[in-house]
Amino acid sequence: MPLGGVLFLTIFIALFGTLLIFLARAMGGDQTRNQTGVKFDPYECGIPGQEKKDTKVSVKFYLTAILFILFDIEIIFMYPWAITFRDFIEAGAGTAVGLSMLIFLLIFIFGLFWEIKSKALEWD
Amino acid sequence: MGQDIFEITINGIKLIVIFLLMVQAVPILVWVERRGSAFIQNRLGPNRVGPLGLMQLLADAVKFLNKEDFLPRKAVRALFYTAPVYALIPGVIAYCAIPLGTPLQIEAFEMAGKMWGPYTFAMQGFDIGVGIVFILGISSLAAYTILMAGWGSGNKFSLMGALRASAQIISYELALGLSIVGVIMLYGTFNLTDMVLAQQGPMSFSFMGNQVVIPWLPNWGLFYQPLGFILFFAATFAESNRLPFDLAEGEAELVAGFHTEYGGFKMLMFFIGEYAHMMIAAGLVTTFFFGGYLVPGFTPAEIREFVAQNLASTPNGISAITSVIHLLAYFVKFALFLWFFIHVRWTLPRFRYDQLMDLGWKTMLPWALFNTILTAVVIYVAYNFA
Repeated sequence: MPLGGVLFLTIFIALFGTLLIFLARAMGGDQTRNQTGVKFDPYECGIPGQEKKDTKVSVKFYLTAILFILFDIEIIFMYPWAITFRDFIEAGAGTAVGLSMLIFLLIFIFGLFWEIKSKALEWD
Repeated sequence: MGQDIFEITINGIKLIVIFLLMVQAVPILVWVERRGSAFIQNRLGPNRVGPLGLMQLLADAVKFLNKEDFLPRKAVRALFYTAPVYALIPGVIAYCAIPLGTPLQIEAFEMAGKMWGPYTFAMQGFDIGVGIVFILGISSLAAYTILMAGWGSGNKFSLMGALRASAQIISYELALGLSIVGVIMLYGTFNLTDMVLAQQGPMSFSFMGNQVVIPWLPNWGLFYQPLGFILFFAATFAESNRLPFDLAEGEAELVAGFHTEYGGFKMLMFFIGEYAHMMIAAGLVTTFFFGGYLVPGFTPAEIREFVAQNLASTPNGISAITSVIHLLAYFVKFALFLWFFIHVRWTLPRFRYDQLMDLGWKTMLPWALFNTILTAVVIYVAYNFA
């Protein structure tokens, strides 16, 4: 059962990393309590920091994430097809399975070209 | 993890050993990277501490340990501390699913008045049936590390670097996932061990009813999927945030990207995570396209036969020596790809961000689609027109 191994390794690495952080804190000194002075400002290239934390970011990142989810799901649907394609050919059903995948791929390609054409992927 | 206490213990130790090997490989890789870059740029690089500068890594570790623990005022404490620890996890777990050698077989033996075994220990952390899906799924969890670090630092540069990095990672995830479809079609399995075993012997395949054998070429995936190899390898560069795709830390624009506010050991943990992804990439390329742990020209059965005749007499010894030979073959290929990563980093300049996104979406994704369709058509023709 690999799940036990995954859990065990996850816990082990988490403990290992936590231990390293505490070891570094014990040896190097703790500067996390009394945060006064310019030293604790967010890093800025020599000028006083002005920004708030909720810096506005381009909506393109959100759009990219949405498009990623759409296309990633389509790619995941191709995995079970890819793994059984040769079995289907050997069983004599290769034409039907191949053609149905081709239709799916055409929708995929149409989506990709529509996305490029509607300039959803342009970064300026 | 196993049937009885002996097997569970050995499997647990195996996982920890793989993890510690990966952590230990990082300082050596850093040294190789610094020396290699120095020679590429006609410098000397670190050569003072110890022979050839090899002790430089120990000095670095001591220095890292003695850095003070620093938390910026605007940081989110929980995220700021969780991110570096979390950075270690996905890379190591995904790497543990890659087979490193032939399984080690141990005969039944008697210990503490009880019969144990026989056992078979796979030379990999976990032998997972759906290896590819597992590795893709786990290793893309690394995007959360970057977002956690970027948001948790409370710094504009960190946040922007994190957003850029995550957008880049998910964009190349598409090309990566799609370039593997051809590989899956070729081998007809998700299991990495089965893939490796499908690549043994000389190159032979049946095409339109004829059996073609090319005795001077190994039966590697590279020769069936050259385009898939190029796409996959290029996408893994973007996935592991290496040059020429390291837009997340473009110094000129973003200081250091998502780890601007980090230093000392926390910074080192991000490094370990990045190198772990490089190792996954090198391991997967080896497994998919270069025969994994196979020695070119010899099948595992032939090597086993050779070992049985010349090197060992007990079954345990034969199995152990065979495993070690395959382990060495794997690590030679693996090291070559790791060196390739380093060489590319010091050879190519960085992309611009829009060029990066264009390459991912408009070039690599259509080519990966083309590769999928081409593979499907060739397989269809090869089987049907006899």
